[in-house]
Amino acid sequence: MVEEESLRVVHCGGSELNFRRAVFSADSKYIFCVSGDFVKVYSTATEECVHILQGHRNLVTGIHLNPNNHLQLYSCSFDGTIKLWDYIDGILIKTFVVGHKLHALFTHAHAEDSVFVIINKETPDIFQLVSVKLPKSSSQEIEAEEISFVLDYVNQSPKCIAFGHEGEYVAAVRDFYLSVYFFKKKKTSRFILSSSRSKKHAKNNFTCIACHPKEDCIATGHKDGKIRLWRNFDDDKKYTYTCLHWHHDMVMDLAFSVTGSSLLSGGRESVLVEWRDATEKNKEFLPRLGATIEHISVSPAGDLFCTSHSDNKIIVIQRNLEASAVIQGLVKDSNIFTGLVIDPRTKALVLNGKPGHLQFYSLQSDKQLYNLDIVQQEYINDHGLIQIELTKAAFGCYGNWLATVEQRQEKETELELQMKLWTYNKKTQGFVLNTKISMPHEDHITALCFGNAEKSENPTLVTASKDGHFKVWILTDDSDIYKQAVGWTCDFVGSYHKYQATNCCFSEDGSLLAVSFEEIVTIWDSETWELKCTFCQRAGKIRNLCFGRLTCSKYLLGATENGILCCWNLLSCALEWSAKLNIRVMEPDPNSENVAAVSQSSVGSDLFVFKPSEPRPLYIQKNICREEVQWGVFVPRDVPESFTSEAYQWLNRSQFYFLTKSQSLLTFSTKSPEEKLTPTSKQLLAEESLPTTPFYFILGKHRQQQDEKLNKALEDELIQLPLTENIPAISELLHTPAHVLPSASYLCSMFVNSLLLSKETKSAEELPDDIDMEEEKESEDSDEENDFTEKVQDTDNTDLGEDIIHQLSKSEEKELRKFRKVDYSWITAL
Amino acid sequence: MGEFNVHRVRFFNYVPSGIRCVAYNNQSNRLAVSRTDGTVEIYNLSANYFQEKFFPGHESRATEALCWAKGQRLFSAGLNGEIIEYDLQALNIKYAMDAFGGPIWSMAASPSGSQLLIGCEDGSVKLFQIIPDKIQFERNFDRQKSRILSLSWHPSGTHIAAGSIDYISVFDVKSGSAIHKMLVDRQYMNVSKRKCIIWGVAFLSDGTVISVDSAGKVQFWDSATGTLVKNHLIANADVQSIAVSDQEDSFVVGTAEGTIFHFQLVSVTSSSSEKQWVRTKPFQHHTHDVRTVAHSPTALISGGTDTHLVIRPLMEKVEVKNYDAALRKITFPHRRLISCSKKRQLLLFQFSHHLDLWRLGSTVATGKHGDTLPLSKDADHLLHLKTKGPENIICSCISPCGSWIAYSTASRFFLYRLNYEHDSISLQRVSKMPAFLRSALQILFSEDSTKLFVASNQGSLHVIRLLEGSFKHLHTFQPQSGTVESMCLLAVSPDGNWLAASGTSAGVHVYNVKRLKLHCTVPAYNFPVTALAIAPNTNNLVIAHSDQQIFEYSIPDKQYTEWSRTVQKQGFHHLWLQRDTPITHISFHPKRPMYILVHDAYMFCIIDKSLPLPNDKTLLYNPLPPTNESDVIRRRTAHAFKISKIYKPLLFMDLLDERTLVAVERPLDDIIAQLPPPIKKKKFGT
Repeated sequence: MVEEESLRVVHCGGSELNFRRAVFSADSKYIFCVSGDFVKVYSTATEECVHILQGHRNLVTGIHLNPNNHLQLYSCSFDGTIKLWDYIDGILIKTFVVGHKLHALFTHAHAEDSVFVIINKETPDIFQLVSVKLPKSSSQEIEAEEISFVLDYVNQSPKCIAFGHEGEYVAAVRDFYLSVYFFKKKKTSRFILSSSRSKKHAKNNFTCIACHPKEDCIATGHKDGKIRLWRNFDDDKKYTYTCLHWHHDMVMDLAFSVTGSSLLSGGRESVLVEWRDATEKNKEFLPRLGATIEHISVSPAGDLFCTSHSDNKIIVIQRNLEASAVIQGLVKDSNIFTGLVIDPRTKALVLNGKPGHLQFYSLQSDKQLYNLDIVQQEYINDHGLIQIELTKAAFGCYGNWLATVEQRQEKETELELQMKLWTYNKKTQGFVLNTKISMPHEDHITALCFGNAEKSENPTLVTASKDGHFKVWILTDDSDIYKQAVGWTCDFVGSYHKYQATNCCFSEDGSLLAVSFEEIVTIWDSETWELKCTFCQRAGKIRNLCFGRLTCSKYLLGATENGILCCWNLLSCALEWSAKLNIRVMEPDPNSENVAAVSQSSVGSDLFVFKPSEPRPLYIQKNICREEVQWGVFVPRDVPESFTSEAYQWLNRSQFYFLTKSQSLLTFSTKSPEEKLTPTSKQLLAEESLPTTPFYFILGKHRQQQDEKLNKALEDELIQLPLTENIPAISELLHTPAHVLPSASYLCSMFVNSLLLSKETKSAEELPDDIDMEEEKESEDSDEENDFTEKVQDTDNTDLGEDIIHQLSKSEEKELRKFRKVDYSWITAL
Repeated sequence: MGEFNVHRVRFFNYVPSGIRCVAYNNQSNRLAVSRTDGTVEIYNLSANYFQEKFFPGHESRATEALCWAKGQRLFSAGLNGEIIEYDLQALNIKYAMDAFGGPIWSMAASPSGSQLLIGCEDGSVKLFQIIPDKIQFERNFDRQKSRILSLSWHPSGTHIAAGSIDYISVFDVKSGSAIHKMLVDRQYMNVSKRKCIIWGVAFLSDGTVISVDSAGKVQFWDSATGTLVKNHLIANADVQSIAVSDQEDSFVVGTAEGTIFHFQLVSVTSSSSEKQWVRTKPFQHHTHDVRTVAHSPTALISGGTDTHLVIRPLMEKVEVKNYDAALRKITFPHRRLISCSKKRQLLLFQFSHHLDLWRLGSTVATGKHGDTLPLSKDADHLLHLKTKGPENIICSCISPCGSWIAYSTASRFFLYRLNYEHDSISLQRVSKMPAFLRSALQILFSEDSTKLFVASNQGSLHVIRLLEGSFKHLHTFQPQSGTVESMCLLAVSPDGNWLAASGTSAGVHVYNVKRLKLHCTVPAYNFPVTALAIAPNTNNLVIAHSDQQIFEYSIPDKQYTEWSRTVQKQGFHHLWLQRDTPITHISFHPKRPMYILVHDAYMFCIIDKSLPLPNDKTLLYNPLPPTNESDVIRRRTAHAFKISKIYKPLLFMDLLDERTLVAVERPLDDIIAQLPPPIKKKKFGT
């Protein structure tokens, strides 16, 4: 069944979470964000992804809560549809087909059954804000054709449009002007700032807008970091504005708090600024948020804010400006120099993250596991600064060691190079810096590999550099009298005719090291570091080099820049075969003999899977993507698949992931990988695990009492079988701490009584028997609390009728309520 | 246009005094400005912001408060404890009256204008009745503990608010007792300051009291309950002044950081009638403390220690976006402080309490156009003449021959004879001045230095013949019957036959000096005269007005000249009419009768009457004619106005001879360098 489906290239998570403003649910328990073609629902308390709402066939461009039903969510997409979801259950309720490419979505409570979207007119750069009437119909898919025009020539970004209080007006900004459309008067006012002509106002451009929820006040952000608060804008002449200026760079987003008492702003400074009462002197900051704030949103309940950052991160912030949760996706901020590396321990994908950091990204759960600061220097976010770049990373010895290389080159001749070796600390479950080697080579390091042999007590690292040398580093005792500290030192320096070393690679058993020097491949014995033999095909510089695995370990593969793939036999020291293939990426599968190679042609990239033993490919997929593939990696599967078809067998043990130039992470699958992403914590919903706060003791108790009253009222009318939860005696029994309860014998009868059905629904014969049994037990058990039990017995003995039982339970309840009146809250303090 | 050697004089180290108070009079659209040296200036806002009148300062008369009452009456009060009323016609002090409360810090006229309230050092608030020609003490209010720094009347006149140190009191005018005492928070940025000084209060008709204080706060109080309603922290330094518009829909405050903030009353939502005060725009036109602000219906006016008077129009209130809607910054007085002796190449500089006489340097070098020539002989400081007494100098003059210097204060007139012997100079005071020569508003010597013309503040003009070391009173031209208007500007013809004199509003009178009688009166014009001069040979009187109009009037023919009529018919170039500083000096070229040389603070212009006038399509400011173009084009583009903006701010410019100009500049940076340092602010204002 699986084999029937064709293999296709799919996006594999890592999509932008920060593409649009995140949206809070009405109770602030969930946060919604767009993520590629999906909408993700996260719990604000646990940071876990609760649901993935999938159904759109193109990028989702806007989400908004349904103002008429806060348990529903609208979303719009480039595929021209607006979908309505039940986000609690993750169900698609309705689809409205609009037909245009939708760029953003807005709703507000005062526009009945219509929503506002930004659509694109024929000309590419002209966008319109239109209102779409959503027809009422019971069918699943409805055509929404009633479109009425609101504003022309708006900015496509939803940050540039905001709706005023009670939906009286809509304000939009673009370039140097602000337009306000009043729905009642059907009139547009336009305010123009002096343009870039004069130098003083060179960066007056509007960047974002927010409307006050209670007053006629519009806040606009500008490119020069100013925030303007516009008032009186219903009068073309008497309009006025106030300036707030703290940001030194462009204001990226603005949001008013729910009551309008404070304004939040953020930008490239990575500082969330809260302007209280919209005054310049009264402001609060939340600094060091890590990356540029792209979006700010406020929960409808007013207790939470959230900021979306350029490093694909959402931070949930409490009202007192304390970050409470971080939802981190795959960071796609920087250039990927390290390539895709698999951490052998966690099977996480490791690659460049934030500047100077290495990120560990879990492919299964599509989230960042953690971040390792490699450079360990303050990152100064300024344009034109030359930063230290993390260029290489490699794991060795089953993830016990991590080697990283960082470089900074300001001028041609001034290269700063540093190699760091990190050891895995089991106690802290993280990597700890062990050795720092400054200038390990004279020139750029081109390759880095660990000798991944079984002899893990004696790890070896080889670095190849453009300075013509390759160096072998081994772990030795450090100068420590206890002989406990270990460090890395250089053991051997090899070179070959002053050629630049471009690649290095160990054979699978670790006995041989292949180092390529431009066009020549040299083979070295890893024990003695003797040059064994050389291969030279004169087919251009070697770009990729790898040994075959398992049964093909006698083969060495090399791909050259001139588009030749060579396979040498190490036993015969001769070229086994060669093929004309312009290979960009060549990756061996660690679990099989297969090697995946991605070639680049003018139309796109093609994938070839082959075994080094035979020059015939096992599988070819043409045109896997249009752009250049930069990196690829095989990720071992936890549970092997069982493709029987010969073409797909190479995917049984591992999965091939690759990264294109535009940094989209792709893979091959027969089904969508998101389907497989079963969040282990789907059941881990927030509501059940409510923490016991002081409020809980005040409100929770109150609510319980209320519930009880209600139940009592119901109890009299109840005819049908009461649910166990509704029986107050049981719930009280379960909720009262054990050590303050009366003895079990005393409670027992009450408990059983509460379980008994009323007269109408049960047979009268069964009842007395049960009670008799209970009574006997009770009298046996309870000696100390005679007075109580006697009373019970007394009442029981007088009459065994149904109403008495009722009475009984009531009197008992009274007793229990007495207990409940005692304040138990001190227990929590224990 | 011709080429000149220019003496570029920058050694006139004049520093205007800082502005202490401004008071705006809505009826006459005039602004009274008092400076820290006691000078009071009157600006006519309708006449292109021209400084019409001024009252010289006095060392002991530091003005702390200034207000208009009963329409056009101007009062000031100061730290010497006196209330002064000014005579706006005769340009002198009507009377000074001691309030017997120690130094006076504040003064406010009642909304009806009939009562005057002052706040004194000893904590007393005194009410005066304004009666014709006098004020009369009426009663004391409840005495407060410390000095009363600010006062404001409720628009109905029933209550007043008084700002003191650490609290604001609200008084009932009828009973004179304090009904509320509103304590101001001393905390300033979480640091408890010693005292919180209420620099200004404003009482609105709805009972709101707005206070500004030394902790940088603007606070709104409810005077009925005496409670704080709203607090705006706007500055890290003192907020020193407040002014509310008549409609009470906006007000302005000035801070010690040099910023003025505009607050507006805006409706919360368009549908509701609820309104709130919102700080809207900050304006940073000052470098130093803004000591005072005023709110005219269309503009925000501010002045402070940095000596600038800034008039910032409110765009939303301006009907037509013309040049009136532009920002005005007035720094220099609109009168001449420099006189020049052409013969000896001397410059006389007038300061508030002394005169400086300088001899210009000279050079033997020659150079190309635009070269700076090296001086062979440096400029020479010849004389430093200090006044006697505390009064400021009103006017001064040096005779064209350089041997006479005359100056006047508010009560005395001085005449000196200078004797030059080689390099040394000796000064001899001409004693025994006649009794009528007590005070002069303008002094002028005739071209041959034999006659002295003095415009006294009684409206009369005295003509005095000067002899070696003595003088003789020739004649006094009495003012026109009934008017007491003083003459402020004088001009004499080079042949000495004609004398033109102009007052602040009426027309220019031309007197025949030979026959000692009034020759004619030039018809009055709406705008005040800013400069006067009589051309040699033709005896044409050239008059510049504050609206930048220039008239040429032929004295012998008693009518406007043909050129003047043409100019009036065609009109001036619109850019010419938009310049914002008045023409302060007019002179003529001795060899080219067609030239009129005029200058204001920012440009120097030679008007060539032989060339066609520019129309609105031609370029008014043509910096230099392109040399590579043919003469035909140059002639076609040439027009009558040759304007040079090289020298600015230009205080004085005159022709020494036909090839030499002298220009006196006073760069603003030099003035700022001599002011006390402003409040230090961090670069990003953190």
